[in-house]
Parts: sequence; C-alpha cells; structure tokens
Amino acid sequence: MRATLREIVLGCRSLLVGMRVTMVEFFKPVVTVPYPHEALRMPERYRGPIELVRDPATGRAICYACQLCARACPSGCITVEGVKREGERRKRVTQYQLDFSLCSLCGACVEACPDAAIRFSKRYNWATPHKEEFLLDLVRQLEQESR
Amino acid sequence: MTPPPATVQAPGSGETFLLNLGPQHPATHGVLRLKLTMDGEYITRAEPVCGYVHRMHEKMGENRKYAQFLPNTSRIDYLSAMHYTHAFVGAVERALGLAVPPRAEYIRVITSELNRISSHLVWFGAFLLDLGGFTPLLYAFDDREQILDLLEAITGSRLTYCYYRFGGVCHDIDNAFLEGTRAFVARMRPRLRLYHELVTDNIILRNRLIGIGPIPLELCRRYGATGPVIRGSGAAYDVRKTEPYSVYPQFDFDVPVYPEGDSMARYRVRMDEIEQSLRIVEQALERLPSGPVRAEGVPRVLKLPAGEFCCAVEAARGRFAVRIVSDRREIPWRVKLRTPSFSNLSLFEEASRGMMLPDAIALLGSLDLVIPDIDR
Repeated sequence: MRATLREIVLGCRSLLVGMRVTMVEFFKPVVTVPYPHEALRMPERYRGPIELVRDPATGRAICYACQLCARACPSGCITVEGVKREGERRKRVTQYQLDFSLCSLCGACVEACPDAAIRFSKRYNWATPHKEEFLLDLVRQLEQESR
Repeated sequence: MTPPPATVQAPGSGETFLLNLGPQHPATHGVLRLKLTMDGEYITRAEPVCGYVHRMHEKMGENRKYAQFLPNTSRIDYLSAMHYTHAFVGAVERALGLAVPPRAEYIRVITSELNRISSHLVWFGAFLLDLGGFTPLLYAFDDREQILDLLEAITGSRLTYCYYRFGGVCHDIDNAFLEGTRAFVARMRPRLRLYHELVTDNIILRNRLIGIGPIPLELCRRYGATGPVIRGSGAAYDVRKTEPYSVYPQFDFDVPVYPEGDSMARYRVRMDEIEQSLRIVEQALERLPSGPVRAEGVPRVLKLPAGEFCCAVEAARGRFAVRIVSDRREIPWRVKLRTPSFSNLSLFEEASRGMMLPDAIALLGSLDLVIPDIDR
C-alpha cells in the first residue's frame, strides 16, 4: 500500500517536472527560420553544384579542359571539351557539361583541379520535375552571367 | 452487416496470424520490414526482411579507385558518417604506412565525437517518437542543429561530410569552430540535465522501458551485437578501448556499462555516452596541437601493396570495420564493410519472442537501427 502510494506521488511529480520544463520553453525565443520568407546564408565551404571560375584578367573561364575533374568524378557526371586556338598556349574550354542528377556533391572534382578553375556554388533550393534541367552547361552559364 | 470476427485471440490459443511491420512504418525508420507471426497481441516469431535499400556499396568499392569510394563511406550510415569515413581512411593509411599529423588526429576525434552526439540525439528523438512522445524530438533536434551548423561550416555538408582524407582531413578548423564547439559543450551539459528531468525520470517512460526487452549478454555475443546494445547488456566492449585507434588512448573517458540488458539500460548507455563524448571533445580542444592537417607524401595515384588491411572504429551504433583486399591495382579487389546495425537487428528475432507488440516496438527502437546501414 505504502509503495503504491509512493509510486503514485513520485509518478505525478515526474509528470509535473516535465510540464515545468515545457512551460519554461514557452518563453524562450523561436529557434526555427520561417524558410520561404527568410533564407539562411550558406557557409563559405557549402557544397552546392559546381560552377566555373572566371579569370579576372581575361574575363573567360580559367579552365583549359585538362580532364582531371572528369577522371576524378566517382559518378562520371562531368564531360569537358576544349579546343586549342592558333597562337594560344593552352586549350580553351568550349563545353563543360555537368549531369547534376548523378552528382553527389563529394567535391572530388574541385579537389582534383590544379588551377582552382571550378568551385562550389551556394545554390541549394533547387527542384524541378524535369530531369533534363539538371543537365547543366557550365560554360553557357558563365557566359550568361557576364551579360 | 455483421462485423468480421475479432482476430485477437487469448495468448496460447495456438491460432496465429501474420502482421507486416514495415516496409513503410514510422517505427522502422526507413524501409525495414518485419514479418511478425502474432498470437493475439504476442509475437511468436519476427522475421526481419532486409534489402529494400541495398545499394551495393561493397560492389561499388570493387570498381572504383580508393579516393572515389570515399564519398560512399559517409552514405552507409548517414547518421555517423565521420566514423565510417574514419574506418576507410584508417585501413588505407595502415596499408600505406601513412603517419597522420597529430593536429589532424585531434580534429578527427573532435568531429567524430560531435557526430556521435548528433547521432545519439537523433536516436533520442526518434526512439521517444516510437514510444509516443513527440516533444523530446524537438528538444533533441534543437541541440543537434548546433552540431550540424558547426560541422557544416568546416565540411560544407550537414550529413554526408566526407571530411577525412588519406593522411589527414580536408580543411583545417578555424577559430569560429573552436569557439562554437566550446559553446556547444557548455550548452549541452545543462541540456542533458533537462533531458533527464523531462524524459528519463518520466514515470510513463520508465514503465515502458524498465524490464522490457531484456537481451542477455550471451545473445549479444552470439549475434555479434556491439555498441550501446552490448554495453547495455553488461559488457564493456568499446573499440576505442579494446582496439585503440587514432589518438583515443590519450583521452580520459569512461565506457558506460549497464548490466540489466533491458531497453532502459540501452537508453542510459547512450545518454551517458553523450556525456563522455563531451568530455573527450573538451580534452581534445584543450590539447589541440598546431601543425599541418595533411600528411606529406601521400601519392597522387593510390596503389595499396598486395594483402589484406583492416580498420575498425567505434561508430555510434557499434563496431564498424572495413577490410580491404588489394592486388596492387588502383582499384581494390574487395571492400568488406562490417556494419553494426546488421548484427544488432539479427538478435531481434530471438529477443522479441513472446513479447507484446508495443514492447517489441520499444525493443526495436532501443536497438537504434539505421536501415541503409543494415542493407548497405
């Protein structure tokens, strides 16, 4: 009898203590972000879909299609093509295709690049019902940006 | 129209029916399927059916280079990605005889322990969700968010970190991370006390966990259960102590052990482990050496010498081991992944025999299963 009473009292107490914790929480500031109205800033090292880096001296992409990124990619989602023009030391990238539907954002390509010609973008809220929209042409993307 | 006759029978009637738990069920956290043979409310046989998220990680290891397999390691158990990457880079480092700089080892310990805390916080929230308590999940995720923000700032990712490299780590940590981690340790201790007030002492939880789903130590041994499951059954088995790796021997921490073997014991082990991880992080922050974070002379093209190389780590769910068999090519001949959740699930059939269904859910939750880790 005594033990049962004791258990009831202690049990009720534990529930009241829990209630107190919840009540205190009521008066604390909100910790969530109302997402579509307010978006978080991605940190410096955030890994979004990759993009080409522009050479400030020439205004063109630094990339010279050495294929190291394509070879480092575990998913084979990068296709790079470039042409060597008359009088130029290196190739110029003409096509840089990224199949983002295969990409797992591991960053092997960025790490493999000897000239830091590709970097991660900060793009993160991206959805589409069409798979083809994830086929990105990064060279065209860079040209469009400069316009 | 007359209603169909009740399927629930008195125990021991001998008439059974089959009940599917999963593959889509909130308590199976993913796509685990349990074929339960029920005698009324009592389980007579529980057959786990796995393979719904089988992604051939082991086979993938056999057709890509070592560096290319690295991102896979953080996707086997997405809640303790750091530990899994640690085991894989550890095996390669052992094979090549690479000496990892001390600063990198300390960073690995700090990030691994933070990852362990975040994994246990997910378990804490999800487990109580299984038992019908929604509120604790929100508290746990509030704290977990602090860890994810810290790790995201240094690794660039919130779950699939892929932060360790052969011979070190990807980037050095900065002052913001150090200060953030110190602030987190200071924040987490009072929060743990709050968890105990809100949850551990709660009479409803105690009645649902104490004495429920006892797993004898012998059963754990027979199925190879590790991690908090075996520690909740009374064996002080922790890979960080039994097969020391990285710089863990330099830290002072205890291995929480509870001999009862019931769901409450496993609950207590994990809660104590959060405390111990905080201790390790604190010590590592204090003694963090300066210097490089990546070893010199890591070959650009990795070719392991012929032979077998193993590395085991204490992941959040138990012992995770990688065994690489190399035949001197750039691509491994075999990558065997020993995942803890598979063994921890295997004992469920025997342990759940004769239990009531709601108690079996408590037992299942206390095993802390990650389904992609079982199927890999």
